[in-house]
Amino acid sequence: MAKKKIRIRAKMKDGVAEVKALMSHAMETGLRKNKKTGKKIPAHFIQDVTCTHKGNNVLVASWGPAISKNPYLSFKFKGAAKGDAVKISWSDNKGGKASAEAKIG
Amino acid sequence: MKRRTFLKGTVTGGMLGIAASAGLLMPKMVLAAWPKSAFDATKIDGALNGLYNSASHSKSGDIKIKAPDIAENGAVVPITVSTGMKASSIAVLIKENPSPLACSYELGGNTAGFISCRVKMGKTSDLIAVVKSGGKLHSTTRKIKVTIGGCGG
Repeated sequence: MAKKKIRIRAKMKDGVAEVKALMSHAMETGLRKNKKTGKKIPAHFIQDVTCTHKGNNVLVASWGPAISKNPYLSFKFKGAAKGDAVKISWSDNKGGKASAEAKIG
Repeated sequence: MKRRTFLKGTVTGGMLGIAASAGLLMPKMVLAAWPKSAFDATKIDGALNGLYNSASHSKSGDIKIKAPDIAENGAVVPITVSTGMKASSIAVLIKENPSPLACSYELGGNTAGFISCRVKMGKTSDLIAVVKSGGKLHSTTRKIKVTIGGCGG
């Protein structure tokens, strides 16, 4: 099975849905140099992350290369119930994309 | 350089179009394009202007930054910004980084003023959390010491 690009854990806690996501991405700043060639490794990082619940944008994140490699993100929102689906999608500066869905437990 | 800028422009613009038609973007919240000028800014004020068209922010005791006092590894510094205010947006800026703006978040109407993520810090620096609430910018600052820088330079 291919390595999952986005892992999502969503849980109801005190009436609030708590979402934790872990994404696979190099998040290259464009400042690192290839040790062998001496050339800079081009910037490659997630720029937009969108989290939706029932068709609403719960969170829209704009990221820069200063977000750590294999980004972790956690946020909370109201108005959700156990069993609801939460969808997280990202797009990066090279046109790469990924998305995943999880049910709130 | 020109080609790269052109390609960057096409990719971002094109992506928005493709994403919108694929139904990925639900228009409850207006999705602005990636704020390039904010992320390219080399100073805090430039970044805030690029994001919010304003660089004036007032200190608030209602914003908490949870972060290590000393970050052993500057490449991965876990931070949590939380506020009791009704926040529409949260931004994280790292003063001494080559480009201070690390990330910004647009919060939905039901979303709590709470964000947890991991950032890279080049060296010991002030970390500034800016919260937009009630049309105004509020901020709080926390100094984080870095033993091994994380920008890879």
